[in-house]
Amino acid sequence: MKVPISLTVNGRHYDAEVEPRQLLVYFLRDDLGLTGTHVGCDTSNCGACTIHMDGLAVKSCTVFAAQADGAELTTIEGVAKDGVLHPVQEAFWNEHGLQCGFCTPGMIMSTIALLDRIPSPSPDQIRHGIEGNLCRCTGYHNIVNSIQAAAQAMSSEAAEPAGAAVPAR
Amino acid sequence: MAVETPTPFGQAVRRKEDPRFITGAGTYVDDIVLPGTLFLSIVRSPYGHARIKSINAEAARTAPGVEAVFTGQDMQRTGVGAVPPGWLLPDIKIPNHPALAVDKVRFQGDAVAAVVATSPAAADDAAELLDVDYEQLPAVVDVEKALAPGAPLVHDDIPNNTSFVWRVAGGDVDRAFREADRVVEQRLVNQRLIPNAIETRGTLARFERSTDQLTLWSSTQIPHLVRLLLALTLNHPEHHLRVISPDVGGAFGSKLHYYPDELITAWVAKMVPGRPIKWVPSRSEDYQATIHGRGHVDNVAFAVMNDGTITGMRVDTVADLGAYLSTFGPLVPTILFALILSGAYRIPNIECEVKGVLTNTVMVDAYRGAGRPEATYVVERMVDIVAGELGMDRAEIRRKNFIPPDDFPYHAPTGVIYDSGNYAPALEKALQAIGYDELRRVQDEARLQGRYLGIGLSSYVEICGLAPSHIAVGAGAQAGVWESAEVRVLPTGKVTVYSGACWHGQGHDTGFSQIVSSELGVPMEDIEVVHGDTETVQYGIGTFGSRSAAVGGVAVHASVQKVIEKCRKLAAHMLEANVADVVYQNGKAFVAGSPDRAHTFQELALAAFLANNRPADMEPGLSETTLYDPTNFTFPFGTHVCVVEVDPKTGSVSVVRYLAVDDCGRIINPLLKDGQVHGGVAQGIAQALYEQAVYNEDGTLVTGTMADYGVPTAIELPPIETEATVTSSPVNPLGVKGIGEAGTIASTACVANAVMDALRPFGIRHIDMPLTPETVWRAMHQEGES
Repeated sequence: MKVPISLTVNGRHYDAEVEPRQLLVYFLRDDLGLTGTHVGCDTSNCGACTIHMDGLAVKSCTVFAAQADGAELTTIEGVAKDGVLHPVQEAFWNEHGLQCGFCTPGMIMSTIALLDRIPSPSPDQIRHGIEGNLCRCTGYHNIVNSIQAAAQAMSSEAAEPAGAAVPAR
Repeated sequence: MAVETPTPFGQAVRRKEDPRFITGAGTYVDDIVLPGTLFLSIVRSPYGHARIKSINAEAARTAPGVEAVFTGQDMQRTGVGAVPPGWLLPDIKIPNHPALAVDKVRFQGDAVAAVVATSPAAADDAAELLDVDYEQLPAVVDVEKALAPGAPLVHDDIPNNTSFVWRVAGGDVDRAFREADRVVEQRLVNQRLIPNAIETRGTLARFERSTDQLTLWSSTQIPHLVRLLLALTLNHPEHHLRVISPDVGGAFGSKLHYYPDELITAWVAKMVPGRPIKWVPSRSEDYQATIHGRGHVDNVAFAVMNDGTITGMRVDTVADLGAYLSTFGPLVPTILFALILSGAYRIPNIECEVKGVLTNTVMVDAYRGAGRPEATYVVERMVDIVAGELGMDRAEIRRKNFIPPDDFPYHAPTGVIYDSGNYAPALEKALQAIGYDELRRVQDEARLQGRYLGIGLSSYVEICGLAPSHIAVGAGAQAGVWESAEVRVLPTGKVTVYSGACWHGQGHDTGFSQIVSSELGVPMEDIEVVHGDTETVQYGIGTFGSRSAAVGGVAVHASVQKVIEKCRKLAAHMLEANVADVVYQNGKAFVAGSPDRAHTFQELALAAFLANNRPADMEPGLSETTLYDPTNFTFPFGTHVCVVEVDPKTGSVSVVRYLAVDDCGRIINPLLKDGQVHGGVAQGIAQALYEQAVYNEDGTLVTGTMADYGVPTAIELPPIETEATVTSSPVNPLGVKGIGEAGTIASTACVANAVMDALRPFGIRHIDMPLTPETVWRAMHQEGES
């Protein structure tokens, strides 16, 4: 027994039919072929499945596809615009904020949402802001650096250019 | 932005491989979509120990979407089924390990049947309908209980649940203990851990009947070894097998084994004609089906003199193997543990006996550090306990016992020869950077205010860069441990490097490119590094044991040098000069002193392809291969120091500061090196404070989900400061040692020592890990402050 849904993902409109029990993460991966969003656990702990839904960071493993009816979603594939990396993506790259890359899409989505709420977070606010995203490779050290670097890049973009301080390590 | 000039060895450049990961374009096993794929659900035993009385698959077979249901008997009928270990110790008793259980299940998670269906959900639904009649049997999950008389036998043909007893000894241990001023004894538990790579394991197999080609994609560190083991266990010709390791989402040793699931997936692909077969477990299933790490009980005795000199060591170890022997299960608690028990110290008399014990739990095997964290924990905890008994400063006792710089290469009593080392400067650097003397003062003052700060030290040496094949095979390896690198230069001057290493996050694409770029003088973007596919990289071993730089990278370097040699000869011919007079520098070959008459690398690449103007005894082309077998292990070392604060009201431990000084020889890329230290330290801190895999008495994995097991979030970990000393390794021409595991090897003992240091006023000698708030609080309130 399928349920019809209508939603926008990365700016594209989709009409689909989903089983009521299908999780949003599997709809994105299997039905839409957007495999950048990953599954890392079955208890909503790891955050590898984090996407944006109507402007909020959500764990897509804990949302039914049917609940996304009428929603506007952004996944990692929709973050870079016209081939230009988002400052958060650039910062993770520059600061070696990733190793195996599996937690990275979810981590980037959480970061974007965090910086939206708190444009200049302290290290403590950063650590709390990403507590829903597990990383086993980096020990979070360079992830915190990446987020600080992104915050700095985004605030100097928003305000006046240049003279950006070297991100603290 | 593309970099057009060559990138030096030693430069902190950002990684080439990152664009796909930061945009969600990585390809992990579950991302691979093949038309017609059927999904595999493996039915696993819910019991720690049970007899399989019968299996009724009728309801499962007729469930919607089900293509087939297979049991262990089906597998046996085709002559397939047993999974062998890859490391054999003398007199080892090997339990028979069917990939799908036939008569008995021996751990919660032991595979019983394979259900194949058109969707993962249909497969899982049908799996629940499989009717298995189990007769539950008494289980044993504790290693010491497994050794006790009357304990349930995991395997009827293996008495005392003991698969092997292994010993190593050197010097005169009896005499050292007789002549010691005192003997310090302690029982230390190194608790069982779950590796928790954020990507679970997973497999995808496709069998092409018309060509007899079977392809297996697997999230693995060892595609070449998996291919060999598949050939042997699946009875499929090796040259018709292809194993591909795509992007791997972390491994830490947990994907370094040949698993029953790989055999099952491949076998099912042959049984179900024309359909690819995919298996991707849930995290909870992965917890039950993927190896756990550590799992030791060590009874340790140190012979010491009153001035703090350690003269001897006895270690009696009981190591948990799980219910069967995993690929490297016998290696980890024996050779990789005992051979480095001398640590950073000149201890001339060492004796170690290890009993490998089977229990009704999932197999135990290599997890980041694999034996060396266990050894470092033994040594560094004992050094602190001894210092405590003697009233000696923790740094002072270490200084006193360090192997002096002039003693290298150092012949340890366990039989290994340390390549190079200079331990005191790393210790001094750590002490200075943390402000040790001032910290001790602050600690004393804090105690007067009822605050408990602790300072922990861990001066480690580790043994990695596995390994000389004659040593490994002589010690029981069922495979060589060399590494391959082919450097192939194309007519347009682009370079492809084919490496047998198999990274899973470390950044070797970048690191290896830096080796090539700096030596050949070509820009990074002209270099492509290929790995992980046994079809394209035709011969290799894999990535584990911190060997990719010291073995894989050296192989790359050696092939590059052969390419340069050929360039010189070709250039000499084209310049009509003597080869001896031709130099290769900055991407050009020319007669020394006449750099204006040079041939660039790109010109030589084209010339080699055209082949019309070359020495008579030279073949066309520019492509060289090296299979490099190292002459020794390498021995990274260092000192880690940390500061913790223990909250007396809750027992909660905060790591206030963590600083690592590591010496891994020459550093290819400082960003990558620091990244490895950060990640390694995080896992070591987590062992000290948060993690433990727990089975209850009947064999149920109580810590069965990520919600129950303490993988730390960003809040639970401190910033990790990193420094380095550089002591080149004489073992290889690059002078590199290895850094992938060093962080984990050092850090568990460092944090444990810090906590115990904080609790000194309570007169507590030792507490076993994890040092959770409850554990610490109970210890504080039992002993009372003295």
